[in-house]
Amino acid sequence: MIAVVDYGAGNLTSVARALGYIGKPCRVTDDPETLNRASHVIFPGVGAAGGAMENLQSRGLDQWLRSWFASGKPLLGICLGTQVIFDYSEENKTPCLGLIPGRVKRFPPGTQDEGRALKIPHMGWNGVAFAGKHPVFAGISREAEFYFVHAYYPAPAEAGHVIGWTDYGLTFCSAVAVRNLVAVQFHPEKSGAPGLKILENFCTWDGAYAE
Amino acid sequence: MLSKRIIPCLDVRAGQLTKGVKFQGNVDIGDPVEVARQYYEQGADEIVFYDITASADGRAIMIDVVRRVAETIFIPFAVGGGIRTLEEMRQVILAGAEKVSVNSGAVKNPDIIREGAKAFGSQCVVLGMDVKKVERTKEIPSGYEIVIHGGRVYTGLDAPWWAKEAERLGAGEICLNSIDADGTRDGYDINLTSLISTNVSIPVIASGGAGEPEHLYDVLTRGHADAVLIASMVHYRTYTIQEIKNFLHDRGVKTRLAW
Repeated sequence: MIAVVDYGAGNLTSVARALGYIGKPCRVTDDPETLNRASHVIFPGVGAAGGAMENLQSRGLDQWLRSWFASGKPLLGICLGTQVIFDYSEENKTPCLGLIPGRVKRFPPGTQDEGRALKIPHMGWNGVAFAGKHPVFAGISREAEFYFVHAYYPAPAEAGHVIGWTDYGLTFCSAVAVRNLVAVQFHPEKSGAPGLKILENFCTWDGAYAE
Repeated sequence: MLSKRIIPCLDVRAGQLTKGVKFQGNVDIGDPVEVARQYYEQGADEIVFYDITASADGRAIMIDVVRRVAETIFIPFAVGGGIRTLEEMRQVILAGAEKVSVNSGAVKNPDIIREGAKAFGSQCVVLGMDVKKVERTKEIPSGYEIVIHGGRVYTGLDAPWWAKEAERLGAGEICLNSIDADGTRDGYDINLTSLISTNVSIPVIASGGAGEPEHLYDVLTRGHADAVLIASMVHYRTYTIQEIKNFLHDRGVKTRLAW
């Protein structure tokens, strides 16, 4: 069973619908017992880091996510879910889960591209330069683009954890891979065929990855 | 680098497109879900549905359309038209729309923007602005006034001020429609788009007047738009989305070419 972690962070139905479309029905739940029975866990979310961490803590899901990550079973972070796996987010000055070392930073105001101030949030389709081979990103063309909407971006402490880079005024980390964890800043469930392919790959991944 | 978005707009009344969209073999398709699927497969970056139904029955039908679209296409889509309350926003979002566009409802009750952003996040709230050219006055120093009810009612709001105010209240994006250019196919209002887009830090979608790919090029470059709304030029099959994207790409505008 694929499980989607429900912690009151926005509308999770789009992830569930995308999984249904690719023939991988899921349970959307905040119940640790149900989550424990899953083979793969997806940790999505939109909203702000502060509220997300409060919701996770009040449901005991912060501890649950740490133990799931330690179990070695596949875990996929999406957007805000990706941001709160780091140590700290500048958004609401929030201490986060600390599954992997690093911080989440805001796009600096006045960031420019070709002399024009960039719009914040970074909203729309952008490319990802994938570094190295990972089963979850297998079969994704170099020209593929993904749908982003975010004002903060992950800055992992260890360069070896980064598996995808994206340019928006600056070059930021848009995908990380550490052991049984893959996390992306974009929305695979809203990124057309390449996004669905990533979800499909994740659902058949055994969680093994040698960096 | 971020791609400029090409967004087809579909008008829906009582669950059917108000004008059929021509596809292969000039077959007229009136089902918004089927047309959305075709545009999704042809590379639309996003789709906007504009519900022009007034009745409560019509609203329920639209929610069903939204639900079926959400099960069919996996790109963001927005729904607008007559949305006035947080509850109406919630229904549309829970049915699967990524974004909700508020227009007259926000002019009458600007708090809907703040409440919507708080409940669902700024990225869900699009401010739709209908704008008409008027004489420059003390009230309307830009010479661009916000109008509602399809351009019949003047609001006394200066367009650049309203755009800024909506951003402050938490709107995540602006869909800027020139009533003067709408339906002319003579091109977008470049001055208006540039004026608004350079005055806010949120993305601006240009709307009204598209007839040729050249018009899209102009508003995405000189007009500083982040995205463009298109309707008849693709609905009547004058151009395909692929042709439009190739044209823009050849002129140096980054678009999403692989999907």
